[in-house]
Amino acid sequence: MSGLSLESARASPASRRRIRAFDTVVLILSMLALWQAVGSWTSGVAIAPPWQTLVYLLGLVRTWMFWDHAAATLIAFVMAFLLSTLIGLALGLILGMRSFAGEVAEPLLAGFYTIPKVTLYPVVLLIFGLGLSAKVAFGVMHGLVPITLFTLGAVRNLSPVLIRTAKVLHLSPGRTLRWILVPACMPDIVNGLRIGFSLSLLGVLIGEMFSSQRGLGFLLVNGMAQHNVPLSTAIVTVIVVVAIAANTLMLRLGRRTAPRSVH
Amino acid sequence: MKRRRAVVLVRAAVLAGSILVLEACCRTGIIDPLTVIPPSAMFASMIDRIGSGELNESVFSTFSTILLAFTLAIGCGTLAGAMIHRSTRLRDVVDPLLASYYSVPTFIFYPLLVALLGLGKAPLVVLGVLSATPAVVISTLSGFDGVAPVLLKLARVHHLGPARTLWWIVLPAALPRLFTGLKLALSYALIGVIAGEFILSGTGLGYDISFAYQSFDNRAMYGTMLFVLLVAVIANGFLYSWEGRLARRRSRG
Repeated sequence: MSGLSLESARASPASRRRIRAFDTVVLILSMLALWQAVGSWTSGVAIAPPWQTLVYLLGLVRTWMFWDHAAATLIAFVMAFLLSTLIGLALGLILGMRSFAGEVAEPLLAGFYTIPKVTLYPVVLLIFGLGLSAKVAFGVMHGLVPITLFTLGAVRNLSPVLIRTAKVLHLSPGRTLRWILVPACMPDIVNGLRIGFSLSLLGVLIGEMFSSQRGLGFLLVNGMAQHNVPLSTAIVTVIVVVAIAANTLMLRLGRRTAPRSVH
Repeated sequence: MKRRRAVVLVRAAVLAGSILVLEACCRTGIIDPLTVIPPSAMFASMIDRIGSGELNESVFSTFSTILLAFTLAIGCGTLAGAMIHRSTRLRDVVDPLLASYYSVPTFIFYPLLVALLGLGKAPLVVLGVLSATPAVVISTLSGFDGVAPVLLKLARVHHLGPARTLWWIVLPAALPRLFTGLKLALSYALIGVIAGEFILSGTGLGYDISFAYQSFDNRAMYGTMLFVLLVAVIANGFLYSWEGRLARRRSRG
């Protein structure tokens, strides 16, 4: 066993937190160093070094062109995520409450979840044509299933005691939904939304990377094609930072909605 | 038992029904044949393409890439997971990283990888490894976490060394979770490699589909697509049922 783990296990929570903060800084610095090393090793033909990327990015956000593409991605993503959420919650609720339908549908959904959906993108393009609707549809294809599956699981695993309580209290269906179902299922639903969020973003970006004239995915591939290395590195950085920030936020939210005490 | 059979029957009926409806819509012209071809034509095209050997080269190229990425991901992931598990300090740092890893769309690195490694197999393998490894790390960690302390005590009582403890106690006890990682890794490697080929590559099944799409060859496109999807479904279904059997055997004791 390493001495380190014993040491930090014995240490007080405060000093453990300090060690963790220190280690996190070290980790971030070493990742930046690795980025720098790859950047200078390839002398900037593949990846621009961090500092250069940052400078380029600061210039980029002042251009109208960048915001135009960013807005295109954002609109497609927001629409895809909203549609995935609405349809996924409704579908998950219905399939969770009707157990037979749920059992029929779940493996089909799970199967769809694991197939390489990229291969289906040409079909989406043929149906919706090039443009916004194809991107949105592809985002929904990615985001819908996890939200449905998580909601379904949450509703199905709901403790029967809660349902009986609602019956005893003569709650109307609307109130049952508001006061019993939603709070009890919230942590799982937030988890599903978190995964749905990243996957619909993935769907929209792949759509843009494969065939589109607008959006960050297009900008990324285009930057590569024109050998504009700082541009593609900057776009990748923006996407990574946004994705991680959103995910962290939703993880926090999920922890806050988790039941505080289990009786 | 009766209910389970009913569920399976209804599921099969739903699947068959949707295929029939699609077939009918395509045959009657409700769906334009330039958009979607009838399922029977997709199937015929798939059989043609397999029979004529057109797909052989791509199949070999794609699946060897997937296998390589999968193997590397399993090896690196298990090793990294075991190492991270041993050090609380490392674990504290890596956990948040793992928690947000899959929120980043890995594909966006693909153009950078192509620029870095050229348009061969290498960027595809790296993309596959990048998407599959963290799943293995996560399930290795949760598997090792789940090993009952009493088993570790048993190992200590018998004076087993670290390697033997790992081989005889930890790995068998963690097997179900490790298997989940294996299943996820296959599915991620498959998705990563095929998506990479699809977006930017000169070989493989993903490239075949995108090439057929760009040359308006719907028949070839749907045939290849059906083949890829069937292979993915069969591979995942196989691992899924194997996992179920493993779990049942374990619960029997």
